[in-house]
Amino acid sequence: MNLHEYQGKQLFAEYGLPVSNNKVIHRAEDAVDACNEIGGDKWVVKAQVHAGGRGKAGGVKLVDTPEEAKQFAEHWLGKQLVTYQTDANGQTVSAILIESCTDIGKELYLSAVIDRSSRKIVFIASSEGGVNIEEVAQNSPEKIIYEPIDPLTGPLPFQARRISKILGLDAAQAKQFGQMLPNFVKLFQEKDLSLLEINPLVIKTDGNLHCLDAKINIDSNALFRQPQLVEMHDPTQEDPKEQEAAKFDLSYVSLDGNIGCMVNGAGLAMGTMDTIKFFGGDPANFLDVGGTATQERVANAFKIILADPKVKVVLVNIFGGIVRCDLIAKGILAAIDEVGVKVPVVVRLEGNNADTGSAIIADSDYEIESLNNLEEAAKRAVELAQ
Amino acid sequence: MSILVNKQTRLLVQGFTGSQATMHSEQSIAYGTNIVGGVTPGKGGTTHLDKPVFNSVLEAKEAVDPNAAIIFVPAPFCKDSILEAADAGIELIICITEGVPTIDMLVVKEKIDALGLRLIGPNCPGVITPGEAKLGIMPGDIHLKGSVGIISRSGTLTYEAVKQTTDLGLGQSTCVGIGGDPIPGSSFIDILQLFQEDKETEAIVLVGEIGGSAEEEAADFIAQNVSKPVISYIAGQTAPAGKRMGHAGAIIAGGKGTAEDKIKKLKSCGVHIADNLLEIGNTVKSVLG
Repeated sequence: MNLHEYQGKQLFAEYGLPVSNNKVIHRAEDAVDACNEIGGDKWVVKAQVHAGGRGKAGGVKLVDTPEEAKQFAEHWLGKQLVTYQTDANGQTVSAILIESCTDIGKELYLSAVIDRSSRKIVFIASSEGGVNIEEVAQNSPEKIIYEPIDPLTGPLPFQARRISKILGLDAAQAKQFGQMLPNFVKLFQEKDLSLLEINPLVIKTDGNLHCLDAKINIDSNALFRQPQLVEMHDPTQEDPKEQEAAKFDLSYVSLDGNIGCMVNGAGLAMGTMDTIKFFGGDPANFLDVGGTATQERVANAFKIILADPKVKVVLVNIFGGIVRCDLIAKGILAAIDEVGVKVPVVVRLEGNNADTGSAIIADSDYEIESLNNLEEAAKRAVELAQ
Repeated sequence: MSILVNKQTRLLVQGFTGSQATMHSEQSIAYGTNIVGGVTPGKGGTTHLDKPVFNSVLEAKEAVDPNAAIIFVPAPFCKDSILEAADAGIELIICITEGVPTIDMLVVKEKIDALGLRLIGPNCPGVITPGEAKLGIMPGDIHLKGSVGIISRSGTLTYEAVKQTTDLGLGQSTCVGIGGDPIPGSSFIDILQLFQEDKETEAIVLVGEIGGSAEEEAADFIAQNVSKPVISYIAGQTAPAGKRMGHAGAIIAGGKGTAEDKIKKLKSCGVHIADNLLEIGNTVKSVLG
């Protein structure tokens, strides 16, 4: 799950990390009051979407009057912001963040991720901020440091000093960073983050460190113990079909092809997509219906797959493990009956009681074919999609 | 031989009286697995599936001396259950549960390694040695005692590899599902090492998928340390980029993580690639001659 910048900055403030004075507005008419409350004579207004690249897309602006802030809000609220990180539809601007203006001396980069190889939280820092960090990694790797945090000791002062050196901080700033690092780690661990990125972290003209941006991703597995973060969830930022699938506890990713896929298990679902492609077809989606594949789950999966008008055929690939295939077959038929499936369906059942399951499907009145060999089933689906 | 589990395995089931644990324990017992008892705090002193139930792993350890534990408790309690098994000195701990927070696993993995114990999973189907013991949720009857060792990050994809090697009469020495989580208790490398040392295993099937760099690390290990033929299938060749990977995560991976890169790396380290899912069994057969 991702957070908006303003939500990330709320968390930063809770953990004593320096952010600008700010207000969030959801209605344009609140812009003037917000500017006046923040004070000063210049403000930064930022459209809130989950994707990055907002500045280049016109979603960030420096304004000199509260009236300009209001105009910016009127222009963007409820509109789609398209950036290089979104698709052609963009993401809906659900809020505007208004901040006091920061006098920037230098832009730096700081992030933390969970590194799968070292199995630790790793901090990534660079003296090159405000730019695409992947390019820095490629072109000048000497300007980047990767500092792993030991889960048993936590961050140590020498590590903060090491990062400060790469960032080019002076003694006072290094001391400041030494106080910030443990708070970043605490935030990361206590809120179950999977990514924390500040790009840029800036040195202000007065010499102080300041978090100018905040990008936060949360480990969805941990939401059961993060009620505050669950409240921050903004469904408008996600694909509506993926949202719908998530409600039913199904894992779904929409793709460009026309063969709908319903598979049990994430690995087999990817394998099925690959197989369709191998035989010259194009999968319309990734969908893991889960290990149990009950009638209810299958029915929900059909609803989600068929909501995509591109789908010309549905390939159901189930490897019945502990669950018997005859029960799954009955579930599939009941689901088709319930949902009213209008496109051809090809079913491949394998595993426990597969023959009985296939026979049940073959005897049904629906336009549905049963093949207990994945190669034949995939080829048939590709043929029907043409 | 085989690896990790066999007829001598004495299994303890944590979360024993829950519905999932009950169903899978019944299947494991029917397969011939020696379940010596279970743990459900508060239900100690009772029996379940004709096996004794204990309040804690330590009590069970003292009473029935298990040498392996399988965990079915809900995700919020897995950290506690795994570390309780570790505290009691259980050498092999298998966590089936899906959805364990990654932050929990960072500490768990560190602790398990420090104690010199072995964890398989979480979010995995478990481990089976055909004809001897089934510690997991895989369907027993698709397996056949044989010579192929299987390691996989995915459950149902493992079953495909098993079915194909069974249909061709090759069979399996042991099948290990290491799980699909970012921080697994055991890596491909840990299990490759065991298969390399196992006399019964003649070829190794490594089923990988996109994300992370576990397959690339395994490839380097294979080039240096594995003399047995390794056959690999990587799922997700058609998966869209960037769907689950964070922006800064991509930089650590440094270009690693796509199926294409993994396949290229595995090939360059002498691994035989099954181009598609349907060819896993045939590729093993042609390699073994």
